[in-house]
Amino acid sequence: MPHVLTRSLDRSATVFLLVVAAVGILVPLSNLLLPEGSPFQVPTYLMSLFGKYVCYAILALSIDLIWGYCGILSLGHGAFFALGGYAMGMYLMRQIGSRGVYGNPILPDFMVFLNYPKLPWYWHGFDMFWYAALMVLLVPGVLAFCFGWLAFRSRVTGVYLSIITQAMTYALLLAFFRNDFGFGGNNGLTDFKDILGFNVQAESTRAALYALSCLALIVGFLLCRAIVTSKLGKVLIAIRDAESRTRFLGYRVESYKLFVFTLSACMAGVAGALYVPQVGIINPGEFAPGNSIEAVIWVAVGGRGTLIGAALGAVVVNYAKTVFTSGPLAPYWLFMLGALFILVTLLLPKGIIGTFNAWWEPWKAQRLSPNAESAAREDGVSEPKMAE
Amino acid sequence: MLTNVVRNFRALPFAILLIFATVLPVLAGPFEDAVGKFANDEFSDTEEAVGTIATGGNPLAYTIISALQDGRLMADPETKKVYLTQPDGKIIDAATGEAVASIPDSAAAVRLNNRLRRTVEAALGGLTLLSPDPAKRIQAAQSVFKTHDETMLPVIDGALQKETNKGARLAFTEARAAILLFKEDATDAEKLEAIATIKARGDQEALALLTGLTGEQPPAIARAAAAATSAIQSNLALWSMAQNAWYGLSLGSVLLLAAIGLAITFGVMGVINMAHGEMVMIGAYVTFVVQEVIRTSYPGLFDYSLLMAVPLAFIVAGAIGILIERTIIRFLYGRPLETLLATWGLSLVLQQAVRTMFGPTNREVGNPSWMSGAFEVGQITITYNRLWILCFTMAVFAILLAMLRYTSLGLEMRAVTQNRRMAASMGIATSRVDALTFGLGSGIAGIAGVALSQIDNVSPNLGQSYIIDSFMVVVFGGVGNLWGTLVGAFTLGIANKFLEPVAGAVLGKIAILVLIILFIQKRPRGLFALKGRAVEA
Repeated sequence: MPHVLTRSLDRSATVFLLVVAAVGILVPLSNLLLPEGSPFQVPTYLMSLFGKYVCYAILALSIDLIWGYCGILSLGHGAFFALGGYAMGMYLMRQIGSRGVYGNPILPDFMVFLNYPKLPWYWHGFDMFWYAALMVLLVPGVLAFCFGWLAFRSRVTGVYLSIITQAMTYALLLAFFRNDFGFGGNNGLTDFKDILGFNVQAESTRAALYALSCLALIVGFLLCRAIVTSKLGKVLIAIRDAESRTRFLGYRVESYKLFVFTLSACMAGVAGALYVPQVGIINPGEFAPGNSIEAVIWVAVGGRGTLIGAALGAVVVNYAKTVFTSGPLAPYWLFMLGALFILVTLLLPKGIIGTFNAWWEPWKAQRLSPNAESAAREDGVSEPKMAE
Repeated sequence: MLTNVVRNFRALPFAILLIFATVLPVLAGPFEDAVGKFANDEFSDTEEAVGTIATGGNPLAYTIISALQDGRLMADPETKKVYLTQPDGKIIDAATGEAVASIPDSAAAVRLNNRLRRTVEAALGGLTLLSPDPAKRIQAAQSVFKTHDETMLPVIDGALQKETNKGARLAFTEARAAILLFKEDATDAEKLEAIATIKARGDQEALALLTGLTGEQPPAIARAAAAATSAIQSNLALWSMAQNAWYGLSLGSVLLLAAIGLAITFGVMGVINMAHGEMVMIGAYVTFVVQEVIRTSYPGLFDYSLLMAVPLAFIVAGAIGILIERTIIRFLYGRPLETLLATWGLSLVLQQAVRTMFGPTNREVGNPSWMSGAFEVGQITITYNRLWILCFTMAVFAILLAMLRYTSLGLEMRAVTQNRRMAASMGIATSRVDALTFGLGSGIAGIAGVALSQIDNVSPNLGQSYIIDSFMVVVFGGVGNLWGTLVGAFTLGIANKFLEPVAGAVLGKIAILVLIILFIQKRPRGLFALKGRAVEA
């Protein structure tokens, strides 16, 4: 086990983890302990906002794992995120109990409103947290497994795969918009009260959720690093760069892809589950194909195949989005976002981190002794080759 | 005591009315008297008046009753005069037929309730049964068919004997059958014949008539009616299949139009153009601008607006396409996933640009006269705009096919599709072919926008709603050749419309998406895949 840690933690990874850990501990502490109005006190709204970004960062991480290291461009990862979110939302709905508008102890408000005679079978069990937590992993995981099993086995690759993932999230979007589907239709799930007995609105709960999101990011990052620096990770990179050749070498490409795709979907599900109690709502809009594509651009901005870049890109782009859409420049945000898509792919194909590394590595190699250079090569994680 | 007084007062208006009702007939003939009854504003009086006028034979009868039906009949309760505005705007006194300058302000439209409306319809039916215009006679017979009013039987019989027009004869026979079916003293033989006639008609109204036949019936008739009902129902089911097939063809043509440009760019260049939908949108906005200019400057040319918009949309969208290819896509060849992201970004920019220029709301694009309206074939209704779009799509498809087959650009495009490197080494300027292909694909999207502006809302989101469907068509049909797109579009369109009545619109669509995802497992490169070593690059 220790050698897994040392292998997966190079210097930048360690720095990244320390920063996330520090932010994850200090921000909630400052929010809760320091008096309001103190210059060092982080306001609750800002903490929730960044809690949201951290969830996006986990989603971006999961996309980077499959796109950056295995060449699978999923345009439907928002679906896994939303499914995880819905699983958590269902738990939160069941926790409302008889405090809803209609005061029904079993049925959530929207079911009373839509004249459901009883709880649909798939809502059973969601009153228990462990079951909901299991479903957060299981629902996206099983869907990704079935989808991936079908797609990878018949060698659907490249843009074809991207398009059918988009079709998948679009189909789910249409399904969840329906009232008779049993997930609140257009309005989704909202008006949450408690999570594990704590009030979701309370500052301490929000601080805990924020810290948990940071912890999940750390765990997710470590997991991804452990995978991409392992032998398995090298096969994944081989698949990304030359799929047919890897297959001819005797690797079962489908199995590798399926494993990493399913894992990535589970991560996205966890991100969604942490996201929902922090924003207080989940609705079918999360399934919109545009959301999934936007998540891909976070990864591209930060740097594909760098993991750190994915997380960084998610935070940077979303922070920019918040700043722009709340200010007088709101009408121009879509221009900005669109330009970001175009300019990053044209001018910054390696993203922020990748470009930074490209400048930094030769300089570092020059400064340090030649044996450091060879150590860097053994690291095994190369930049993704952009040519397909 | 007090309540008695109140009751008396309440009765007073009725008493006055009674006096008028009895005095007026003394003053005028039966026709004028009947017309005057409209002014009483009582449904029972109106009904009586309609009956009298319809059977009285006055030349004004048809004008008055049709005015009543359209709410053009105005009555003045004070002077008891009744006026009507003729369809051409002239105002006449209903009782005398003399022209009047204007209707006094105290006059109000004579009111109708549902029962009266049926009476009026029946009366009009009787009046027009003898009209010199065969179309009007048929219409009248149809309304008798619906109401099966027994009093019409002599009129129908009379009309039937004189009738020479084939269509009108049929309509009269059917109307007669409808009456006989419900006539209590008709013989069983007559009723059976009537059922046979109605069964032969076989539409929704015939079905309604037969299912309306309730009460005690002799067993033979009840059996014949039941048999006829089920025969009509299965006949109608066939027609509804035909209607679905037509809807499917229509949807398929729209999908084909939206997807065909995408298929070309994807097939030749391997480029997924996520901004394709925005090219469609631009085409629709070009139509809007053309119509705006025509509306403000040359209103007479409105019917030609689409003819002008088609080449303009092709040029505008095509030029934008070439510009995009030269400035963005050219640098991303060999990186299809990046191209996908960049063009998605481009689609956001284009949408927002159009939103900034034209506003976020729907823009009004009108249908020229030759595209509005509908006609019926058997039991199915075909709207002209859908029909024209189908024809237009097929024309675009044929032109494109011919272009690929017979022009040198088409030859070069096919060569690049099959093997880019080989084509380049044979001296084909592949980058020029790419630019022109992209321009062509975008231009066709622009033309698609002109057509879609006729059936969809012209808003900045227009393209978004077609892009996923277009991709499905391309993925389903494959990029081997255009026929794949054609088959793909019509298959998806028809499958969609046949699933819709069974599963509902949304579930049907979901089912289609799931089926495509499953289909792609079987044929990962679509129905008509490219063959050869170039595929597995």
